[in-house]
Amino acid sequence: MSTDDAHDPKFGEYGGQYVPEALMPAIEELADAYERYVLENEDGFMDEFRERLADFGGRPTPLQYAEQLSARYDTDVYLKREDLLHGGAHKLNNALGQVLLAKYMGKERIIAETGAGQHGTATAMAAAHLDMPCEIYMGETDIARQRPNVFRMRINGADVNPVTVGRGTLKEAISETMRDWATTVENTHYVIGSIVGPHPFPKMVRDFQAVISEEAREQTIEKTGGLPDAVLACAGGGSNTMGTFAEFVDDPDVALYAVEAGGSSLSVDEERGVAPNSATLSTGEEGVLHGARTKLLQDSDGQIMESHSVSAGLDYAGVGPELAHLVDEGRVTPVNVDDDHALEAFHRLSQDEGIIPALETAHAFGYLEEHHDDLGESVVVNVSGRGDKDLETVIEETSKRDLDIAPDMSVFDTGGMMNPDSGHTDGDH
Amino acid sequence: MGLERVFERDDPAFIPYLTAGDPDYEASQTYIEALERGGADLIELGLPFSEPIAEGKTIQDAIVRSLEAGMTVGRYFEFVEELDVDVPVVCMTYYNLVFQYGDSEEGPRPFVEKAAEVGIEGLVVVDLPAEEAGPLRAACDEFGLDLVFIVAPTTTGDRLDSMKTQVSGYVYVQARLGVTGARDDVDDATEESLARLSDWDVPKAVGFGIKTGDHAERIVSAGADGIIVGSALIDIVAEGHENGDDTETVADRLEAKARELKEGARRGAQNRPQPERT
Repeated sequence: MSTDDAHDPKFGEYGGQYVPEALMPAIEELADAYERYVLENEDGFMDEFRERLADFGGRPTPLQYAEQLSARYDTDVYLKREDLLHGGAHKLNNALGQVLLAKYMGKERIIAETGAGQHGTATAMAAAHLDMPCEIYMGETDIARQRPNVFRMRINGADVNPVTVGRGTLKEAISETMRDWATTVENTHYVIGSIVGPHPFPKMVRDFQAVISEEAREQTIEKTGGLPDAVLACAGGGSNTMGTFAEFVDDPDVALYAVEAGGSSLSVDEERGVAPNSATLSTGEEGVLHGARTKLLQDSDGQIMESHSVSAGLDYAGVGPELAHLVDEGRVTPVNVDDDHALEAFHRLSQDEGIIPALETAHAFGYLEEHHDDLGESVVVNVSGRGDKDLETVIEETSKRDLDIAPDMSVFDTGGMMNPDSGHTDGDH
Repeated sequence: MGLERVFERDDPAFIPYLTAGDPDYEASQTYIEALERGGADLIELGLPFSEPIAEGKTIQDAIVRSLEAGMTVGRYFEFVEELDVDVPVVCMTYYNLVFQYGDSEEGPRPFVEKAAEVGIEGLVVVDLPAEEAGPLRAACDEFGLDLVFIVAPTTTGDRLDSMKTQVSGYVYVQARLGVTGARDDVDDATEESLARLSDWDVPKAVGFGIKTGDHAERIVSAGADGIIVGSALIDIVAEGHENGDDTETVADRLEAKARELKEGARRGAQNRPQPERT
């Protein structure tokens, strides 16, 4: 558990509580509940949380030595296998924590937003597990590219509300969920899916996710007798990033790399208000969005830009305020990997290690491929989620590129999905 | 003395809201001038932000139309300078636009300085609670602007005390929970909210959901010093835009609606409780 002052809503200049007045009492109530139940374990909340994470979630997840990658890079590569957590991503740690907390607080209804669908799926699962009604907001663009997760949410009993405003991705879904919350705040808890939003969300979500680094740190010491030289995690909003870093922040010899989505380019189209990337830590400017002061992709007026990543889960114009602060402090190094290299890394990890990673996760492996010589002798990479949900996107995006590493699917070709020479390059099937 | 001059006890204030530049710059100017003819005592003029988390669909759509038609912060200030109205203008927006304007090292100060220069008399920043408002309050004091806060039905206790010390001009009383949008009835939460603010010495203007003259009458008779109406007016703008109606026709409808709301408010004032009522 973190040792920073839980009462302090800020990380340096970042963080705070920038929300419409109607929500202020709810976030004050939540801050109080966070301090009592999460930090002070009132009524045995954290004991129950840990027990449910073990029995329902399947913790601890393994720290696996990656033989092929280690040989390839001449570096000891360890994989923190959050893809093996129930639901297939780290998201359950936070969702289960918050839904349980809502139950302790006497709330009657759960709402959440989701980008890639992993957080929505985890929330729907946690809500079903704890018998709470649940509604998920998801942008229509993301619904189209993450259909398996939409079905998983529905199967678990959640209602999925499509968000058609703007480009229909995560930032619109967050805004829409905040609107719902402003209307229903008296009986509803909003399970924010990352270390974003007003205090106490960034700290609380980090604390629920810190179990990743708590285990990874112990497991590394157990396996190697010491700490790793570097820890890598992909960064969108930043929940798996902060979860993976939290217990290493006070180990100054462990380098921490937050791998963002470089998208198709790091340049920005100010005219159209579009950033063809989601590299907020690398290229963003300070501002206020969704309840917190943080780094944002925005134009010179302060209007929020449309971001882009091949990975829906990284496609967000903001980032957690704690990460922004740690980057300014020089403790976390922000780096980025573009869509092409992330796709390559997706195929490489699948072939070399037999692990099909989420496209989010693949960004971290893309960085490892390019920079392994600079990372020291042992590296921990967080496998934040598994890639089943991304297969449709991977098929479509692979078909647009000439990737040597991609499998030749032409022998099975009925619609030309994988073969760029087939004449069917739109992924239509 | 600032915006409080607008609120005369015998003539309740009618405060319309429109998003500047909706559906385009010129039409929007004409619409605001029509609202003044219809009886507006003060204009809340929206500066559109791309992520309007406190707004319902009506105002969200207005914001999208305005941004797509090219509204920027710079154009907004020009818009205010060119407006041909005699009533005060209050800028309603979100904090990121205030924070980003000019040299970001100076926080909200350059925005407030420019706002004062173009004649804006007050600010409502919907995602800036009193706890985070220190730098903006200081800048408003420096340049003589009022800083209006919104009180929600959920606001109680210490939070009310803290807002009471920071608010100036008037207090925006949110009539019910939720986001902006016209409704078909008036929530009882309004009366409770007004009762909680009975010892505040700033005027109380009630908004969220007011749609008709009858609503206005009921809100003012419950003790409000003014009414704020946005979505019901934007519905007229949106319908005119969708139907391709000419600007003058839509302006006439807005003027008529403004008159209905102002007259409703005046009827409400006739049976308003005495000031000593708690």
